[in-house]
Amino acid sequence: MRPRISAGIWIILALIVLFAVAALLAPWVSPHDPLRQSLLLRLRPPGSATASAGVFPLGTDDLGRDLLSRILYGARASFAVAILSVSVSLVVGTLLGLVAGWFRGWTATLIMRFVDAMLSVPAILLAVLTVAVLGPSFVTLILVLGFTRWPRYTRVAYASTLQVAALPFIAAAEMSGAGSGRILLRHVLPNIAGPLLVVATSEFGLMILFEAGLSFLGLGIQPPAPSWGSIMSAGRQYVERAWWLTVFPGLGLFTLVVCVNVLGDWLRDRLDPRSAGR
Amino acid sequence: MLLAPAPFVPALFAPALAVHDLNLLIDGAAVVDGVDFAVASGEVMALVGESGCGKSLTAHAIMRLLPDAVRQGRGRIELDGENLSALSERQMRRVRGRRISMIFQEPQAALDPLSTVGAQVAEATGLPRSQAREAVLRMLAEVGISDPARRIDQYPFELSGGMCQRVMIASALIARPAVLIADEPTTALDVTIQAQILDLLRRLAVERGTAIVLITHDMGVVADIADRVAVMYAGRIAETGDTAAIFAAPRHPYTALLLAALPRLTDVPRSRLAVIEGRVPAPAEFPPGCRFAGRCPLADDHCRAEVPPLRDVGSGHLSACWHSEAVR
Ligand SMILES: Nc1ncnc2c1ncn2[C@@H]1O[C@H](COP(=O)(O)OP(=O)(O)OP(=O)(O)O)[C@@H](O)[C@H]1O
Ligand code: SF4
Ligand SMILES: [Mg+2]
Repeated sequence: MRPRISAGIWIILALIVLFAVAALLAPWVSPHDPLRQSLLLRLRPPGSATASAGVFPLGTDDLGRDLLSRILYGARASFAVAILSVSVSLVVGTLLGLVAGWFRGWTATLIMRFVDAMLSVPAILLAVLTVAVLGPSFVTLILVLGFTRWPRYTRVAYASTLQVAALPFIAAAEMSGAGSGRILLRHVLPNIAGPLLVVATSEFGLMILFEAGLSFLGLGIQPPAPSWGSIMSAGRQYVERAWWLTVFPGLGLFTLVVCVNVLGDWLRDRLDPRSAGR
Repeated sequence: MLLAPAPFVPALFAPALAVHDLNLLIDGAAVVDGVDFAVASGEVMALVGESGCGKSLTAHAIMRLLPDAVRQGRGRIELDGENLSALSERQMRRVRGRRISMIFQEPQAALDPLSTVGAQVAEATGLPRSQAREAVLRMLAEVGISDPARRIDQYPFELSGGMCQRVMIASALIARPAVLIADEPTTALDVTIQAQILDLLRRLAVERGTAIVLITHDMGVVADIADRVAVMYAGRIAETGDTAAIFAAPRHPYTALLLAALPRLTDVPRSRLAVIEGRVPAPAEFPPGCRFAGRCPLADDHCRAEVPPLRDVGSGHLSACWHSEAVR
């Protein structure tokens, strides 16, 4: 019997869903327009209110924009970047891993050497260099992250495919006339989905951090569009006068990434046969 | 493809499957050497022999799915008179599962743990899901699965070993192949289930006119269901003929020893052929003459020097032994 899902994991899941829903519904739940500036309302502390503009629950930034609204829209950017880049790298990486693990031989050597080469370059360096060459934009960000982050999936897909391909039911499928494509998609892929899901979850957290980091450096989401990284970057100059500009987006980033990572670890423990039954 | 069972007329002169002079090499050693046999529709032929004598490799060669380390040398495999070696890989894929099927020893492991019974059985039909379902339900009933409507949506872990083997058989036979190769289909099952599965195979061979090659190392299984038997030793056919004739009067010392080792009481666990003195030589150490010479009580210098050919010792009963008349 499967172990029950603990209360802790329910809380983690609830928090992640909360972030996701807030991001999704940002246009409807934001109290203000995240781009609307007002020189008279610069650097207002959390909770301040004005008769004309209403309440600013988390205060305002150096251009008088509502921080809560910017954080909600920033979460949108985080999720969009993470979902899209994880999807691209998951698909690319898994396909290459399946092919390498199934055909073995020189195909596998070629693919896995390329993987080793990619993994030996620091990912953030690769990302920074590529953005510098292509110029920063949302699409560049997705492409850069998507096409630099696939090797981890390839490694996992390759190792798992080798294991699954040796199982009798794969031989049985071959004996019943299934071709490589059908066997890989119908029989191998579902049986290696667990470990890939674990990698995808941990990559999801990492991609949120990468997006924030690149935006912090001015290489990600471009101002005035809000992103947690660029909000913190701008707030850096006002740490003493306006702590809320760095603390709130930082707290959001920290909470979300920790939740995703805990979820990833939990998934790994549940799906890893070596830790089963513990 | 899925017609009602037609009255079956045995095709005496045109075998469904014929293997001629099959040679399989590992590092230059002939682990399967000049194997010949044929099976007619509706007939069960047992391929019997000790572990490692090349039974499974022969089966894989028929399916043209040999392990990387194994190469086919000479040999010709004919299905309904068609030379399979001449087919492209793409054409061969359409032969597998449709014209020749294979089932294995570990039925539970041979089913994809994440596919339902219905999905796996439907796979060989090539029909869309909705149409396949009817055919699958009928096939499940035909292999003796009770309550097919419930079983069809279950996963392998919900089924017993015997039930999994029935599902494998259903999946192997749904496309009405001419030949079914069953590689130790009952070895992993307990004795009562074993008997049920053998009965089922026997019945299906007769009802559907399927030619069955049953691989086993159990002479008891051979006695239960085989019309004919080919006894293999170290990659060669030692003796072949009608089961009744061979059991009554074996003409090869190896077969005679196998039969002598067979327990008389049917409720005693069956022999695993490990009772003959000595062991099978490794492929690299095959002697130049008769490969059984090292363990044979009748061996002489002639045996050790020259390979005994398969010779007719009476009405289709063949033995590869220089002293076949001395065997008793
Ligand atoms: N994949 C492989 N690579 C190398 N050698 C192999 C491979 N498969 C089988 N062999 C060798 O080929 C010979 C015949 O093996 P095979 O599997 O056909 O025997 P078998 O008669 O089916 O035995 P068993 O009753 O144990 O299933 C053995 O010596 C075995 O070691
Ligand atoms: S040929 Fe000689 S060694 Fe071989 S089985 Fe016959 S008697 Fe024995
Ligand atoms: Mg075998």
